[in-house]
This record gives sequence, structure tokens and C-alpha cells, in this order.
Amino acid sequence: MLRLDKLAKQYKTGDLALKDIDLEIPNGQVMALIGPSGAGKSTLIRCVNRLVEPTTGEVWLNDLNLTSLSQGHLRKARRRMGMIFQEYALVERLTVMENVLSGRLGYVGFWRSYFRKFPQSDIDEAFRLLERVGLDHMADKRADELSGGQRQRVGICRALIQDPELLLVDEPTASLDPKTSRQIMRLICELCGERGLSAIINIHDVALAQMFAQRIVGLQMGSIVYDGPPDGLSADVLTQIYGEEDWEATIQKSGDEDSEENTEEAADTPARGPHLDRDHMAGMT
Amino acid sequence: MTSTSEATPGKSRRWHRPPLIKRPLLRWCLWLGAGIYLAIAFGTLEVNWGRVLEGIPRGQKFISGFFPPDFVTNIDEIINGLNESLWMTITSTVVGIALSIPIGLGAARNLAPAPVYYFCRSVLAISRSFQEVIVAIFMVKLFGFGPFAGFITLVIATIGFYGKLLAEDIEDMDPVQAEAVKATGSSWLQWINYAVQPQVMPRMIGLGLYRLDINFRESAVLGIVGAGGIGVVLNNAFDQYDYQTAASVLLIIIGIVMLVEYSSGYIRKKVQ
Repeated sequence: MLRLDKLAKQYKTGDLALKDIDLEIPNGQVMALIGPSGAGKSTLIRCVNRLVEPTTGEVWLNDLNLTSLSQGHLRKARRRMGMIFQEYALVERLTVMENVLSGRLGYVGFWRSYFRKFPQSDIDEAFRLLERVGLDHMADKRADELSGGQRQRVGICRALIQDPELLLVDEPTASLDPKTSRQIMRLICELCGERGLSAIINIHDVALAQMFAQRIVGLQMGSIVYDGPPDGLSADVLTQIYGEEDWEATIQKSGDEDSEENTEEAADTPARGPHLDRDHMAGMT
Repeated sequence: MTSTSEATPGKSRRWHRPPLIKRPLLRWCLWLGAGIYLAIAFGTLEVNWGRVLEGIPRGQKFISGFFPPDFVTNIDEIINGLNESLWMTITSTVVGIALSIPIGLGAARNLAPAPVYYFCRSVLAISRSFQEVIVAIFMVKLFGFGPFAGFITLVIATIGFYGKLLAEDIEDMDPVQAEAVKATGSSWLQWINYAVQPQVMPRMIGLGLYRLDINFRESAVLGIVGAGGIGVVLNNAFDQYDYQTAASVLLIIIGIVMLVEYSSGYIRKKVQ
């Protein structure tokens, strides 16, 4: 379980990005964090693994207080939190395999990683994950040769090979087309389900958030203004999060898509094994 | 068509690119000032056309003295000098780059804490502040005539050049890729190896080859102040009015620089 306790972040410029956030995410829950640009969504997830140092407050991962850790212990703790990024953030000149294996850096020594001599179990797991997302035939391609959707799937593998308890996902679909966006979101949520991971997913697309998350938290100016189930997002709530706008179309549309999505989902689920899954994913760009 | 003409009202708006300096008075004053300065500067250049005319036939004689280039008479000296220069070039480039990597890492603002940053930046500034020939004069005084003084000089110059460009390249890297590797729980060295090195490597290989080329050319100059290498041969040849040997040395230098130039261009294309 992840627990944020009066977490606040003030940047050096004086901007108060987060104001005393209290939040609990139970194990296995996929939570979408929505809100306008600059609301503090990115800051919030970066405060969890301390890529951004919180100003005050505490972050607890199970019984570990992340905010009090020294640099060495923080590195150990970061292994338990996988992160997925908006622009994929793959190291472009490394191969797909190296990018995936970089998720194991916290577990192996420097010289082993320098000579790319990872334990066989890590390599097996890397191939298993790449196969799961339909990219095992791309292992030796350079990351910058892949398309957006493929890169994001490599990013997902890199996060999962860490064997995390928690996924921190920052705008996973912001640079992807609508179809790929759904496929990526579905993949993330399926993998969370398979492994019992909890996840915080920052996302701009309200409809996608409603479609895939079990819980929605709305952030506005560094404060939580909504915390509840996806179907609780009414026009009033969206106005409170984003400001005045005609929200009826968004809500309507999301409802329609949701049901359509569910039937589609139900149709492929029974037949899906790892092999079929690769075919299913192969069309993704 | 009718709808667009309706959309734009009768009078169309003019548009010019906004000038770099907004105030017209300041702008014209700067132009005028620059013009006056140039006129005065050219006025102070005293060209004695008579002497220029006298110099032309002397120059022709001088140049014709280079022909035919004589590779044979002093071949041993040339080969020795060339050998010395090439070794000086290669060892100083390798040692210089090896030393400039830690300094370059320390001089990158996004990697190093402030004290390390300022220390490494001042090391770079000092090693860049003197021209190679001046450093070489010092080194010749310190270590005596010969290629060792040249070697030390070129190492110092390489650190200043390579360290600065490495630091700047690291500062320009994509921070998100670096963040992603850090988020996996990597150690600092692993982070450098996985996130920073792949991003800067192609450019640094290119710059290393470029520095090799510069060091070879510098090694020819350093000989003139006694720091060893092909430059000593060149200088002696000029001192003894042996222009034919000098011409052959110059041709060899041109040939080697061109060779390095083309091969480095080829290698750079390969590593991109």
C-alpha cells in the first residue's frame, strides 16, 4: 500500500505545486490522476520515487518511509517502483534489450552491467516480457527505430522487469494515437491485474481514465478536488477540476465507448494466450 | 472565394519583420558608429605600395625555391621527426581524452554539485587560456628540448578542448532519458554508463578524431619552439635556406592532415 501523508512541494521559484496531499492507494488498485496541466500531477508521482524531493510530508510504501531514506537506501527502494513516461524515455541509442535490462540496474553490480553480463534469469524474464508485449523479435533493434506504441511497450517492460510493487505512470498515452492509446492503457491495466500491482496513472484523457481505472483522483492547483469511482465524474466535478466548459459531450462519449470497449474486451479475452497476444499486438504501431 | 473576401475587410494590414533593435535612433546610431569606426580603422592601415611591388618578385623567387621538393637528402631526419610527431600526437590525444573525461563529467552542471562544478570549470578555463605555443615555451623551459615537452603541452590543450565540449554535450542531453534510468534504482556509475554515455558517445568519437587531427598540426608548430617533432625538421630546413626539404615536409603534413580528415569523416558517419 502507498500512503501520502501531508505531502507538499514548493519549487525554488516559489510555486506551490502540491498542497498537503493525503492519499492512500491499496495494493492492486489502478488509480488515474487527472487534472489540468500544471496541477501538480507529474510532481506528485515524482515525489513518490523522489526524482523530485518533496518539501514536507511523508511517503510510505508499505512500512517504509521513502522520504526519510538516504541516497543508498533510496536506490534500493526505487527498484520497487517502476516508472513509465510520457515520451517513453527510452535511451535511444541503446538496443531494445539493453533498455529492458536497464530495469535491472538496481539489482546488479557496476561491472556486470557495464559488460552487459546480466544474470540468465534476468535475460529470460526480459524475453518473457518482450514476448508478452509482442516485441521479442525486436530485441536487438535500436530503440529509436521503433514506433511510438512499440517504444511505450518497451518502456512498460523496463518498468516491469524491476519486479515492482507499484507503477508510477506519467501520461503514457500523450504522444500516441487514439487506438494505440487504448491498447497501451489496456496493456498496463492487464499487467497490473496479472501481477497485483497498484498504479498511479497521470492522464489527460478523461474518457480513457474512466474506461480503465478503478478510481479517479482529480487534482487542481496542487489539491485533491475529487476522489471517487470513474462513474462519479459529473459535469460539475469536471468543472471543478478543469474549469468551466461544456462537459456533456465528454461524459456522454465516454459512456458509449465504455460499453463498446467492454464487449470488445469480452470477445478477445477467452482466446488470449501469450502467442495469440503477440499477433494481437503486432498490428500496433 | 466570395466568403474569404467577405471575411477580410476593405483595408489589408501591413506586416514587417520586427527589427532586432527596437529603438530606431539607437539602431541608426549603431550603424553610423560602426561605419565611422571601420573608416578610421582602414585609414590607420598604412600600405606602402612600393614595397608590396618589390616583394612580389622576391616572393616568386622564394616559392620557386620550393621546387622540386626534396624528399631524399634529409630522409632520415624527416622520418625521425615524423615518427616523433605521430607518437606525440597519438599519446597526447589518448592521455588527454582519458584525463578530460572525469573533468568533463565534473564540469557538467546537471551532473556535478556546485563546488566540483566550479573546480572543474576553472581547470578547463586555465588549460584553455594559453595558446599551445606559449604553453610549449614553458614546458620546454621545464623539461628541456624534445618531444616530452610537446606531449605535455598537447595533453593540456586536449583537456581544455575535449573536457569543455564533453561537459557542454552532457548539459545538452535529454534529461528524461536520464531520469528514466535513475528511476530504476541504478547507481551513479551505472547511470552514467546507461543514460549519459549513449547520448554523448557519437559526438565524442567525432571530436576525439578531430582533436587527433588538431594535435598533429599543433605538433608541427611546437617543433619551432623546440618541443620536438616534425616542426624541428621544418624549422631547421628554413634556417638553412633548404627550401626543397621544407617543401617536402609541408607536403607530408598536408597529406597526413587530409588522410585524418577523410578517415574521421568516414568513421563519424559510421558511428552516428
